[in-house]
Amino acid sequence: MMSKINHSTTERVGVYVCHCGSNIAGVIDVEAVAQWAAEHLKDRGVVIARDYKFMCSSLGQELIEKDIQELGLTRVVVAACSPHLHEATFRVACQRAGLNPYLCELVSIREQASWVHTDKHAATEKAKAIVSGGVERVLHHTPLDPLHVPIHPATLVVGGGIAGIQAALEIADAGFPVYLVEREPSIGGHMAQFDKTFPTLDCAACILTPRMVSIGSHPNVTLMTWSEVTNVAGYVGNFTVTVKKKARYINTDLCTGCGICQEKCPKKVIDDTFEAGLGYRKAVYTPFPQAVPKYPVIDHVNCTYFQKGTCRACEKLCPTDAIDFNQEDEIVTLQVGNIVLATGYDLFDARRVAQYGYARLANVFTSIEFERLSNAAGPTNGNIVLRDGVTVPKTVGIIHCTGSRDRNFNNYCSAICCMQSLKFAHLVKERTGATVYNFYIDIRTTAKAYDEFYQRVLEEGAIFVRGRVAEVTDASRMPNEEGKLIIQVEDTLAGLQRRIPVDMVILSVGLEPRRDSHEVAKLFGISCSSDGWIIEKHPKLDPVATMTEGVFVAGCAQGPKDIPNSVAQGAAAAARVLGRIQQKEIALEPVRASVDESKCSGCRICNGLCPFNAIIFHEDRMVTEVNPALCQGCGTCVAACPAGAISGTVFSNEQIFAQMEGLLLHNIEHPPLTEGVLA
Amino acid sequence: MSMNGKPKFAMYWAASCGGCEIAVLNIHEKILDVDANFEVVFWPVAMDAKYKDVEAMPDEAITLTLFNGGIRNAENEAMAHLMRRKSKILVAFGSCACAGCIPGLANLSTREQIFEAVYDGVSTDNPMGLRPDFQWAAPEGNLHIPEFYPVLKTLDQVVAVDYYMPGCPPESHQIAAVVDLVIQALQGNATLPPTGSVIGAGTSTVCDECPRVRNVKTIQQFTRIQHLTEIDPNLCLLEQGIPCNGPATRSGCGALCPRANAQCIGCYGSSDSAFDFGARLMTAFASVIEGKEPAEIERVLDTLPDPVGQFYRFSLAHSLLRAAPLVLEEEEQYATHQH
Repeated sequence: MMSKINHSTTERVGVYVCHCGSNIAGVIDVEAVAQWAAEHLKDRGVVIARDYKFMCSSLGQELIEKDIQELGLTRVVVAACSPHLHEATFRVACQRAGLNPYLCELVSIREQASWVHTDKHAATEKAKAIVSGGVERVLHHTPLDPLHVPIHPATLVVGGGIAGIQAALEIADAGFPVYLVEREPSIGGHMAQFDKTFPTLDCAACILTPRMVSIGSHPNVTLMTWSEVTNVAGYVGNFTVTVKKKARYINTDLCTGCGICQEKCPKKVIDDTFEAGLGYRKAVYTPFPQAVPKYPVIDHVNCTYFQKGTCRACEKLCPTDAIDFNQEDEIVTLQVGNIVLATGYDLFDARRVAQYGYARLANVFTSIEFERLSNAAGPTNGNIVLRDGVTVPKTVGIIHCTGSRDRNFNNYCSAICCMQSLKFAHLVKERTGATVYNFYIDIRTTAKAYDEFYQRVLEEGAIFVRGRVAEVTDASRMPNEEGKLIIQVEDTLAGLQRRIPVDMVILSVGLEPRRDSHEVAKLFGISCSSDGWIIEKHPKLDPVATMTEGVFVAGCAQGPKDIPNSVAQGAAAAARVLGRIQQKEIALEPVRASVDESKCSGCRICNGLCPFNAIIFHEDRMVTEVNPALCQGCGTCVAACPAGAISGTVFSNEQIFAQMEGLLLHNIEHPPLTEGVLA
Repeated sequence: MSMNGKPKFAMYWAASCGGCEIAVLNIHEKILDVDANFEVVFWPVAMDAKYKDVEAMPDEAITLTLFNGGIRNAENEAMAHLMRRKSKILVAFGSCACAGCIPGLANLSTREQIFEAVYDGVSTDNPMGLRPDFQWAAPEGNLHIPEFYPVLKTLDQVVAVDYYMPGCPPESHQIAAVVDLVIQALQGNATLPPTGSVIGAGTSTVCDECPRVRNVKTIQQFTRIQHLTEIDPNLCLLEQGIPCNGPATRSGCGALCPRANAQCIGCYGSSDSAFDFGARLMTAFASVIEGKEPAEIERVLDTLPDPVGQFYRFSLAHSLLRAAPLVLEEEEQYATHQH
């Protein structure tokens, strides 16, 4: 049975209490805390306790270093901010003075005391308890050494949208190999479907396709389209990735991309991916003319030969005999050191807002349908027309925030819809001269040159109605509504209900995480929010890293964003990867879980829990093992182990219980706490 | 050493059911070894002896005392101190002495609630609403009975304990092994484990001794074993939704219950490295519950009808919480009153 209290110690502990300017000292009497620690924690090994204005400053760090050397400190407790911020700072300071960095404990009296209390006395008492907890804990620390692992120079980029393209090109241009895996037949992503890009109105294809071509021809890029990652094993620097290359039924060594097969294929299929259901493709196809790679794929679900056993027109007519109906899925194994996830987004399904009538009322379009309509390479050659294919609308209503900022669907703002809607308003005006209504909640045009674009669209005469649209209906009440779509909306600026008849409605639908984002996160050992967006390591200071070393995220997989931000993230992720590759090896935090095999009974409770796939079960010995290089020290298995056979370095039972004892001031003779402080 | 040169043996029961004594007798002919190697000086259930006989012995006169039962009243506590003083080796014997066991579950109720259940229950005829008086001035002089404490304590919460021998009751073959070990140690052929060790049990958990097939698990719902018409005899019970405590329970029994198609209820307590049996097991169960949404998780948890009974049946008195808040308050008041 475990003894709870370590009654005596030979350690020499230094306690350092930070003012953090007035962040801490404004609420907590830091001098009193330091004095108290020096007096009351003497029996607990404290030989010196100081307070200082900014412990994290170089002078503050020097204080600690000097004490380690002159007073022979064997343990250090810094009472300051959250370990997230300055744990590394103080560990490095200890290391400089010759003390193992893991013999330093940073306890938070800012986030956990001064920032959350107003009662100065109570907060000061609480800070004392927190310091006491830190001292008890640090007595149980042991010196640790980081694990050094080599970094494989190759990188896997998942997703061939603009973010993934950017990341891949940056790394490849720097001279390192990149595998770019894309599940569609071509790279390009959503951007390839767009007509113009806001706010400059550049042609999307004109700026995107050169990048796609660079990917296709880059000597350092291995492009794997029509492929999916099926397994990821290993850890930072040493991932083994399994990729399934789906059968294209095209021998890419022979195919020249001439397009005869597509031309001659008798089977027309509605293209609900690239053309958003507005156009057709063939059963053998490339999604669009500038596709990279140029090789088509045969869609075996729709191919007449695969379904009925006859046809083979493409095979007969292919000038290079590149059609291969016997091709099978191919499994490829890759070795990479880092991974960039740029898996993008899915569009909100507009049918979910039933009152807007999408898929029921013909002339209600989604934003992506409108992109295809207005695209010169699209199904109408860029003519903005109604569903009948000929009628040019005279009045168009654009409904912002469809599915976004709506507690029934997604609470978040999709970030791009305001600008996308303004772009549509401009294009409709420019191409048809129609009257355009924008129905908005708030206009959010915060990036560079965005608000100027808004002003421009206003000046062009687009009409803005502030209010969430209640309903789109074809049930007319007035003669002028007959044959029209009527938008029922509360105009919150005018303070009245309005019914506005229009010919065409465009729903500016929001962005959603990929439907399989949870599975993808699990596959790569990272986590996503309950919405499904991938969680970054720090929302402000580390936006492209994830909690898993060596796995980075870029673009909309992390959250809704526009093209410039996606590109910036792709480049940022590449920079992080390149930094890693240049270092050649990486030191991993030795905060790890380990299994005491003599205590493990092989109950397998922990086996399915590891978010980093670090747990291995040995059937032969019926014991579980944690791979230290994969383990990220999250503690999930430690908590779950019913036998207590798994322990975590830096978070051992002894350390945690000791910290609790310290917090409760069990080792202090006269608890000075007033009631309720720890509540 | 006694007159006949044999080391002395004692066994005492405090708040317990008597099962531990039966378990000792159940070691069959090994009991003859006990007799051959020890002089049994005090064992209320088996022989006649008086407390004053023990009091008269020199301190540490008894080599080995198996103390079973929890500390429920003043008599239990006094005997714990007495046996400690008189024994070289004091073993907390059985789940009650080690962790509180079933009597410890009374720590969820205040004294008055316990008295109500005992003296006013439906099967009790007590029209005057009588309650025990611990002191009574009788014409013949002051009478007293042992005072009933607000909280049941484990043996090590009252006196220092040399060894812990878990189980409800400890398995007879383990008792025999321990008796053998002590005999061997007395003869200089073996060394005793360090003070504070758990003896007569394993170091891992029941799963280690359980022959059932185990897989990576998720629990969709818990089912009480009596509600099942069929149990797969070869598959892990927990994977069948039966809340088996085996993963958290110290090994040593040979997985008796799971082998008999019944879930482990945890009588051997936690393994060396687990501090709080119930907390360990709760996090373990919670970790493998299927469902991401709070409502879904809630639904699964609701299929576990008696959480305290499930997680703390044997260890409540020795857990981090020890007792219900009201009961702890009563204990504090009692302690203040005593001083």
